[in-house]
Amino acid sequence: MSARKIRVMVAKPGLDGHDRGARILARCFRDAGFEVIYTGCHQTPEQVAAAAIQEDVDLVGLSCLSGAHRILFPRVVELLKEKNASDITVIGGGIIPEQDFQMLYDAGIKAIFTPGASLDSIVDWIRASIQTRDEHH
Amino acid sequence: MTETTAKICAGDIRSASRLIRDLEDRIPEARPRLKQLFQYTGKSFIIGITGAPGAGKSTLTDALITEFRKQNKTVGVLAVDPTSPFSGGAILGDRVRMLKHAEDEGVFIRSLATRGALGGLSQAAGDAIHVMEAMGKNVILVETVGIGQQELDIIHHAHSVIVVLVPGMGDEIQTMKAGIMEIADVFAINKADRPGAKQLQTELTGLLAASPLTPGAWKPPIVSIGNLYEPAAFAEQTAELARKISDHHAHLLASGQLSHRMERQALIEISDALKSCILDPLLRELTDSGELKRIAQKVKNREADPYTEAEALARRFLKSGEK
Amino acid sequence: MYFSDETQKKSRRLTEKWQDEVQETLKSNPDRKDRFSTVSDLDIKRLYTPEDLKDVDFARNIGAPGEFPYLRGNQVTGYRGRHWTFRMFSGMGSARDTNARWHMLLREGQTGLSTAFDFPTLMGYDSDSPKALGEVGKCGVAIDTLEDFLELIDGIPLDQVTTSMTINPPATILWAMYCAAADIKGVPLAKIGGTIQNDMLKEFIAQKTFMCPPEPSIKLISDTVEFGAKYVPRWNTISISGYHIREAGATAIQELAFTLRDGIEYVEDVIRRKKMDVDDFAPRLSFFFNSHIDFFEEVCKLRAARRIWAKIMRDRFGAKNPRSLWMRFHTQTAGCSLTAQQPYNNIIRTTVEALAAVMGGTQSLHTNSLDEVFCLPSEHAVEVALRTQQILAEETGVVNTIDPLAGSYFVESLTNEIEEKTWEYIEKIDAMGGMIAAIEKGFPQMEIADAAYKFQRQIENKEKIMVGVNKYVTEAQHAVPLMEIDEKMGEEQIKRVQDVRRKRDNHAVKQSLTDIRTACKSGANVMPCCIEAVKNLATQQEICDVYREVYGEYRDPGLY
Repeated sequence: MSARKIRVMVAKPGLDGHDRGARILARCFRDAGFEVIYTGCHQTPEQVAAAAIQEDVDLVGLSCLSGAHRILFPRVVELLKEKNASDITVIGGGIIPEQDFQMLYDAGIKAIFTPGASLDSIVDWIRASIQTRDEHH
Repeated sequence: MTETTAKICAGDIRSASRLIRDLEDRIPEARPRLKQLFQYTGKSFIIGITGAPGAGKSTLTDALITEFRKQNKTVGVLAVDPTSPFSGGAILGDRVRMLKHAEDEGVFIRSLATRGALGGLSQAAGDAIHVMEAMGKNVILVETVGIGQQELDIIHHAHSVIVVLVPGMGDEIQTMKAGIMEIADVFAINKADRPGAKQLQTELTGLLAASPLTPGAWKPPIVSIGNLYEPAAFAEQTAELARKISDHHAHLLASGQLSHRMERQALIEISDALKSCILDPLLRELTDSGELKRIAQKVKNREADPYTEAEALARRFLKSGEK
Repeated sequence: MYFSDETQKKSRRLTEKWQDEVQETLKSNPDRKDRFSTVSDLDIKRLYTPEDLKDVDFARNIGAPGEFPYLRGNQVTGYRGRHWTFRMFSGMGSARDTNARWHMLLREGQTGLSTAFDFPTLMGYDSDSPKALGEVGKCGVAIDTLEDFLELIDGIPLDQVTTSMTINPPATILWAMYCAAADIKGVPLAKIGGTIQNDMLKEFIAQKTFMCPPEPSIKLISDTVEFGAKYVPRWNTISISGYHIREAGATAIQELAFTLRDGIEYVEDVIRRKKMDVDDFAPRLSFFFNSHIDFFEEVCKLRAARRIWAKIMRDRFGAKNPRSLWMRFHTQTAGCSLTAQQPYNNIIRTTVEALAAVMGGTQSLHTNSLDEVFCLPSEHAVEVALRTQQILAEETGVVNTIDPLAGSYFVESLTNEIEEKTWEYIEKIDAMGGMIAAIEKGFPQMEIADAAYKFQRQIENKEKIMVGVNKYVTEAQHAVPLMEIDEKMGEEQIKRVQDVRRKRDNHAVKQSLTDIRTACKSGANVMPCCIEAVKNLATQQEICDVYREVYGEYRDPGLY
């Protein structure tokens, strides 16, 4: 069986337009051999969820630097659940204080990568997580 | 009807997108599913939109979606972007320009990578079109990059091909001479508020007048579309583009050309499928067993020639029948 | 020639001898790495000597403070006359919360105010808009109406303190609120001072808080320049910014070049659209730069900035008033240089960056707090950041003399190199047809994206080091007490704005909005109608919605 290409989405929910990190991640994922749906900034959680389903991605990476992650990240997870797409992994990054991590994990965010996380570590995490998921299928 | 087929025919996006993915990744179960859907395809109007990067195709695609939705038509969009030859990955960023349709249930936008296909569209793109047809989409827009004589696969799949040109990019002449002229059913001059638009229009008109046309043939119209930020004018111009596309569709139906194109498409699909079911397994087996490498060595050393070798292989494999 | 023939000859001899000794040494003691470069990846030589300045004309290229080309500063007495303004960017939660923080900062010795707004305000949405979900008050103060604004400036003497407001698409509106507030407090417009950032070109290039397309955005900016020149002469109506361009990943040269070219675009527009003479408004143009971690690169960048702008104003625009030639700028230390790992290290980074800004001659300065990698700064963290400036000003002695680094072979050479490369970019953008044309082509955006990606790769392969991130990494977490913005604050703000909408004279508001619409459509200056509208308690989104309606909304091309 041929190896599947990993499809990921990089999205910025909310009003924050600081997309340096998101764009670097998009390039990095492309260089790692992934197919990356890059939807840019100013997305509503509804737009993110709809796009993730239309594009059949394995994973959605959310980036937010404005502090709105506490509301917006869980909302994306919730919307995916409503549409029966909970198998899509959601991870987050940006300006997220550690005291918010547990709340986000509880809401269904599978990993959080803050500034300084190496690109390779993120790629490795994604590969490992998708492999684990496929093994359980 | 299997469950998947039923879901897709009912318009379920997740199942459709998953099947497209399986077809892209060549999952063995995917082809049988496509076979089941095939009888439900063939009823959509397929429009190809091609042009150099930066021509503004996605913005026009977005405007066309709006126009077709106004007519209550359901729309499928395949947005194709190139795969990096170095990493095998791709950034698929076209849907950024179609954001306002993201939550419209009647619009399904799916981004695809070329995955190295030389002609600009992977095999899977053709399969994806069929999946969208089976979903019952009235119109399917296929947006691809087409800059040279290479990326012309679109003509094998689309009923109407729109070529988008932009003034001032410097490569319009190249584009025009490279084969794009022959495939265009409608020309769109985008960003026509830029300097050089009039000149481009004149040159294009001249080139079109110079090419021979059989009587009764379709004369590709040129539609100019100006500044995106002059909303009234932009809406009018994109509506005109949609009209010209519909006119072409009507012409195809009236002249019997649509039937002709679909037959040609069927021929190509059969030929591709033959290649796929004969050549791929054959090459795979030869590669796996190492025989291909051995033959290649002989040919390299001029101990054998490629033609005789191929004939011998063909006789051997075709005789054995199974593959 | 800067140095005499005699000196040059001696220098050459000594340098050659030194080169030989270097080659010898390298045989047994190689350099630590193959290449030494700035954080922006400019190559730096092992040594700079008089030879590097052989083409420098002292009078023309270096000169004196307060003299063209103003390399050594605009003011003849520099910081001996006056320190730079200690101006800490600040805003959080409600207007009341922010007002409290402002008073604290003023008490602790800050000398100018600077406003950080929350994202809904920055993007022109009210706190109860669905788009504001989760964002209200989180990264700055929430301002919906003049009522909020009056709370914000409560107890602030508007005729004595200058206030900067980091606001872009809704700049006309927030400035209108400031003017209306001054009016209500009985302070004449001629006496209020401050800055509105109001720089849309850098939004399209880097920061992405956009609303309307480029053309109308610039029109609104020119409206403010015109209004300011006539009625609010102490106000800087644009802060032409490089900070955000740098934060998005640009190199120092790109930061400088794109900022200056943006400035050129604005000046051209005001002259063309408003038929104003350049000297009527240029003295009130201001700039805003980043101060990043590579000390000398930043000092040289800022010095080069002054010299280039002076030449542009004199030669390209024919400005006659010396004040038109002055580049006055605010600086902020680089947010993107701070790390989440070992956050106390950020204090050191901010200190070095602040020092560079001072050595570069900044007019005002904001120093980041150590915890801004996580959230809005806590009181303690912001106090340390403010003290950093005060210690530099009072204890270190670097302000005792003007432009102390002048004359250094390295500094003058690097300043020249940065200037040269900046001119190359400016000419390139000119050839493209200007900045708006370049933005349409995606040029500055792609330059920045490429630079950002390159830098990230250099961090990944340890070609560039960030302490605590890819070297000297510790597992131990140093917990930093973090400030939290209560979700309840958002709910209260929503109630507030809805209350205002109910209580106000809605007929008057409707009329004001119609007047703004008319002004927009006819090309008239929108400011007078804006001031009227905010006095009637129109919300800032209501006015922005008029702009959106008339001018359309910008569509992000989504370049990566």
